[in-house]
Amino acid sequence: MSRDLEQPIAERVREAAAQATPLAIVGGGSKEWYGRTPVGERLDLAGHAGILNYEPSELVIRARAGTPLAEIVAVLAENGQRLPFDPPAFGASATLGGSIACGLSGPSRPYAGSARDHVLGARIVNGQGEVLEFGGQVMKNVAGYDVSRLMAGALGSLGVLLDVSLKVLPRPACELTLAKECTAGNAIAAMNAWAGRPLPISAAAFDGIRLVMRLAGAETAVHSAAVRLGGEAMADGERFWTELREHRHGYFAGEMPLWRLAVPGPTPPIDLPGKWLIEWGGGQRWLRGELDPVHIRAAAQSAGGHATLFRGGDRNGPVFHPLVPAMLALQRRLKQAFDPAGILNPGRLYPEL
Amino acid sequence: MTTTDALTVRRNELVRGLLDILPADAVLHLAEALRPYECDGLSAYRRLPMAVALPSSVEQVRAIMRLCHRLRIPVVPRGAGTGLSGGALPLSDGLLLSLAKLKSILNLDPVARTARVQPGVRNLAISQAALPHGLYYAPDPSSQIACSIGGNVAENSGGVHCLKYGLTVHNLLRLEVVTAEGELLSLGSDAPDAPGYDLMALMTGSEGLLGIVVEATVRLLPLPERAQVLLAAFDDVARAAAAVGEIIAAGIIPAGLEMMDKLAIQAAEAFVHAGYPVAAEAILLCELDGTNDEVSEHVMQVRQLLLRCGATEVRTARDEAERQRFWAGRKSAFPAVGRLSPDYYCMDGTIPRRRLPEVLTRIRELSVEYGLAVANVFHAGDGNLHPLILYDANRPGELERTEQFGARILQACVDAGGTITGEHGVGMEKIDAMCGQFAAPELAQFHAVKAAFDPDGLLNPGKAVPTLHRCAEFGAMHVHHNELKFPDLPRF
Repeated sequence: MSRDLEQPIAERVREAAAQATPLAIVGGGSKEWYGRTPVGERLDLAGHAGILNYEPSELVIRARAGTPLAEIVAVLAENGQRLPFDPPAFGASATLGGSIACGLSGPSRPYAGSARDHVLGARIVNGQGEVLEFGGQVMKNVAGYDVSRLMAGALGSLGVLLDVSLKVLPRPACELTLAKECTAGNAIAAMNAWAGRPLPISAAAFDGIRLVMRLAGAETAVHSAAVRLGGEAMADGERFWTELREHRHGYFAGEMPLWRLAVPGPTPPIDLPGKWLIEWGGGQRWLRGELDPVHIRAAAQSAGGHATLFRGGDRNGPVFHPLVPAMLALQRRLKQAFDPAGILNPGRLYPEL
Repeated sequence: MTTTDALTVRRNELVRGLLDILPADAVLHLAEALRPYECDGLSAYRRLPMAVALPSSVEQVRAIMRLCHRLRIPVVPRGAGTGLSGGALPLSDGLLLSLAKLKSILNLDPVARTARVQPGVRNLAISQAALPHGLYYAPDPSSQIACSIGGNVAENSGGVHCLKYGLTVHNLLRLEVVTAEGELLSLGSDAPDAPGYDLMALMTGSEGLLGIVVEATVRLLPLPERAQVLLAAFDDVARAAAAVGEIIAAGIIPAGLEMMDKLAIQAAEAFVHAGYPVAAEAILLCELDGTNDEVSEHVMQVRQLLLRCGATEVRTARDEAERQRFWAGRKSAFPAVGRLSPDYYCMDGTIPRRRLPEVLTRIRELSVEYGLAVANVFHAGDGNLHPLILYDANRPGELERTEQFGARILQACVDAGGTITGEHGVGMEKIDAMCGQFAAPELAQFHAVKAAFDPDGLLNPGKAVPTLHRCAEFGAMHVHHNELKFPDLPRF
């Protein structure tokens, strides 16, 4: 369904700014558990929906923030295309706006790029209720600061996304998933060694037992690469990656807190107790367990990365990795530049933002 | 005290301070020593800075920024000076900060596929250093032999492989940045992402207005097993444009997809003898890369598709030498066009690709109206159009006419749903054209972002984002005369 609620949304933000009323921005509510606990009056974006422009040969789609992610994925698929960053939906109600605000990417992330990499433009309402447009619907655009990409992962705290333009790509002609049993250390080494060769790799994970890799591209290329990589072809490869992306894989079951460690890909297995699952060629590592957050953060940081309490645990405490004081001060000034009254999803990212 | 005297006092104060930080040969302040820094690649705009500083360490950069912050002296950063929009144009009351001496590759990690480099490292030098590991740095602006990575970050530089491999912003992991106050900040990380707001997105392409990049960690990619180029000739530009859409609709993303029009073809052929078909109205160069099998499969497909789209001739480079020759014509298009005329002015608009025929028609109409010839070079894959306007600066009024013509081309790009700059940046050159692309609230937001990083407005002030006041004056002109001008830019 297509509906334009731009004016009422902007009006609502203006009123909230005037009265200093915090707003909790909601798309489809599929990722309400992500980040710190939402506070404030609910500002619903789901009604502001509809694909505004889609020209398959331009490789660009522009849609309102409330458009269901599933609708976008389906329309692209009808035209043999896809969102290259393969975002997790975490529920049927997921919207485009919520997906970009969370800035999450799927298994193809290290090879195809992130959610933010594919943002070409955005129309937003800033914290003063002004409707602003940045970027556009073209691949190359360096006029002005890249505010639209800044919105990816900002959890709505810099602006309410009204519509987003994304770069899309053709679906690969052929995909093949291969699996091979090995240790975590060997899996990490193999993923990184293969990624340095000219092979059409589009995903690489270690599920605790097996190294699982996906090849994508022209049929001839996929089959000749499969011979080089070795391992056994998985009949239900596509399901494996979907379940991994959506956290429906058995690893993610249960209520134990889920930590996400983002580290340089080649980092050897991290010495912390708990159950691990490794994705993104070693760059994204999941850890389940009731562990001291201090230890987890220290381990991620000493590896050159950072740790997020992705799901579960205390949502009122620090969820994202603490920033050094000078960085936090800068991010706070940036927040004030967009949202001087501090009403847009306050505290969802950090208490200070 | 006159303005000149006041400037001299400030210059002396600055130079004294700089000499406490740097050796004497790294501080330039005499007119003849300043001359090489008076302009960047856009030589129509020239100005001498108060002084030039040439630091060779991050600590020196920090000390210089602390000094300038204390003295409230604006700072214009400069990389290799190859920029085409006047982003490194000095300020007569400011310091020009050259990062050219910071030119070490600090670390190259073939397993993590990253290179940590200082800002003065040349773009091509990174790929050369990575070559023994079978890796390369993908963004390849045509100035890659000379341009530096710090400047690439400032401009978010592209190149001919953007559609498939992205811009600078897509190939960066981490930046070390010195703030206007002299603080050192680390943005991004060696991991796939960093906590908090994505300041990498904001810093890349910020044209030196938000911070001084003193170190960059870039992503390296495996060199493709094979690259193959096809050259297709067309007797009609619109048909060539349609063929581009067809290639992409077939699910093929070429590594490079370039179009040249008749004047550009003829100029390039006369210059480098690339073997181009000079009678053609347009040629397409299509580079396909990947594994050996993949390239063979795609070359067959694209060849048939080009013929179906009305190509009068399709050639496949027989060997690496011919592939290099096909590209040599394209890569030397600017200097080749430069031989046709005493001066040329390079534009940099981006448009949705399907609007190309109408925008080219509009450019032809304007060419007649202004009596100035235009050659068109087009990054067809990503919609980035480089019209080259031929003019003679020695003819009174011709530069002004050229600039008006250029501004109207940019407006045509914006009207077609595009942008005034795809990869060269706004700098000084397109500062007024920004008023046509953004309304006051967006510009105010840009200024608020700038203030969050640089509250005193000392970093490259006056570039990239026009003041609302400037646009108000400019906008009024736009309404009254219905044409764009550059009224208050210095002319030389």
